[in-house]
Amino acid sequence: MRKVYLDHAATTPVHPKVLEAMLPYFSVRFGNPSNLHDVGREAKNAVDEAREKTALLIGAKPEEIFFTSSGAESNNFALKGLAQANNQKGNHIIVSQIEHFSVLHPVKTLEKSGFKVTYIETDKTGLVDPADIAKAITKETILVSIMHANNEIGTIEPIEEISKITQEKGVLFHTDAVASTGWIPVDVKALGVDALSLAGHQFYGPKGAAALFVRKGVRIKPQLEGGIQEEGRRAGTENVPAIVGLGKAAELAAAEVPHRMSSVSALRDRLQKGLTEKISHLVINGHPTRRLPHNLNVSMWYVEGESMLLFLNMQGVSVSSGSACTSRSLKSSHVLVCIGTDAAVANGTLLLSLGAGNTAEDIDYVIDTLPPIVQRLREMSPLYEDMIKKEKVG
Amino acid sequence: MEQYSSKVMEHFAQPHNVGEIADADGVGTVGNPVCGDVMRLYIKVENNIITDAKFKTFGCGAAIATSSMVTDLVKGKTIEEALKVSNAAVAEALGGLPKVKMHCSVLAEEALRSALDDYYKKKGIPSPVKLSPDAGHEHEME
Repeated sequence: MRKVYLDHAATTPVHPKVLEAMLPYFSVRFGNPSNLHDVGREAKNAVDEAREKTALLIGAKPEEIFFTSSGAESNNFALKGLAQANNQKGNHIIVSQIEHFSVLHPVKTLEKSGFKVTYIETDKTGLVDPADIAKAITKETILVSIMHANNEIGTIEPIEEISKITQEKGVLFHTDAVASTGWIPVDVKALGVDALSLAGHQFYGPKGAAALFVRKGVRIKPQLEGGIQEEGRRAGTENVPAIVGLGKAAELAAAEVPHRMSSVSALRDRLQKGLTEKISHLVINGHPTRRLPHNLNVSMWYVEGESMLLFLNMQGVSVSSGSACTSRSLKSSHVLVCIGTDAAVANGTLLLSLGAGNTAEDIDYVIDTLPPIVQRLREMSPLYEDMIKKEKVG
Repeated sequence: MEQYSSKVMEHFAQPHNVGEIADADGVGTVGNPVCGDVMRLYIKVENNIITDAKFKTFGCGAAIATSSMVTDLVKGKTIEEALKVSNAAVAEALGGLPKVKMHCSVLAEEALRSALDDYYKKKGIPSPVKLSPDAGHEHEME
């Protein structure tokens, strides 16, 4: 059976060159970068080199890169660290309603400790209107956090336009670029942001290594204390092999982003076209053009996401579902709710995220595999039965 | 999330009793698409015994598997016996359900009770079935 992995938004495989770069740092070069002896220095040099490569990918200076353990940690660090270090200037924070929970939950915690938060709505394609940010900024506003691209629907936000506003008003601007880094150009100067989160396992690096860019001169309060690592901003012995892997993945991404954008988006378009032609009552979520090249988020009426996911899995295809039934809360995705997706169809959502390793044959296999699954489930669905009966009456 | 048992996957992949009964003696629809699952259960009754049961379900793997199992369980039972089929019995027959999916077995029990209630009403007999008010029995599609 063909195996097709279309869940790169969840995680990507480690690139063979990344793995090769990492391996010596588990055993032969096992040192602690904080030690002054040669063994420690060897590890320190490796971390420094990874910092340079990561900085280069996003147009930052090496000293502006702070390594963390995950995208979630980078986002927590950014929101809490920037808010707490700048609270003498004000207590107001602005975020969008479609941010990842690793932004929304720390913001909720800040709200409980006295910060005021404005949650900006998006339009039906998931776009934030920069004018809404401008309107929401008050004298008390210290921080705006809007994601570079949404991890579910792939919509790419107008970060450059928002940063013009934040710079003019003297407000700090963080962007969560975990979903976008490695897939589209990410340049902190072009974007005009003060802080940016990225995670290696989203672009062929290992899990366990991520970074927060903090522009030089911006104050941030450490969230992990008790060590000199990362210039005292983040205590804890470095995950050297993973950081080396992140650096290598950043180096590869810097060279491959243009190719990933063109080849992967062509396959994504082929998949979108094939599914749209073969499946009735289907909705494409997100922005038609301002969308991550590897993202396809589709909702299908009268079928439920998890059932589709399980049947696809039986046929070797790995995808994610955005359905209520797979989440603990039994609630629809907050992103789909925000863009106004009907709750009944939101439960029939699949997130198909492609990668550089997918082939046209993979895509055609999915175009052949999914429609019969949808048809089978619809024949089992009382909602489909009711729709057919209504159509007959009408 | 916890993984599904092999029994759940068996009933999900090849569900029993999928379909409609055109001249059903009782039909119950519960749930709503907004919270994820809708079950419609049909029963055919002869001499107080459920001779056939079929279902249509919109829902996750557990919802389809519990629908399949509850229709299996009630076939051949008297109406009184069927009234005693609980969500716990459905879940147990499936080798257990992940905690977050237990509500699917509750929905299966509700669908059955709703179909039994409909049976009594069609017969003109006062229904002894107490329906849970929040299971969406009166839910209108759309």
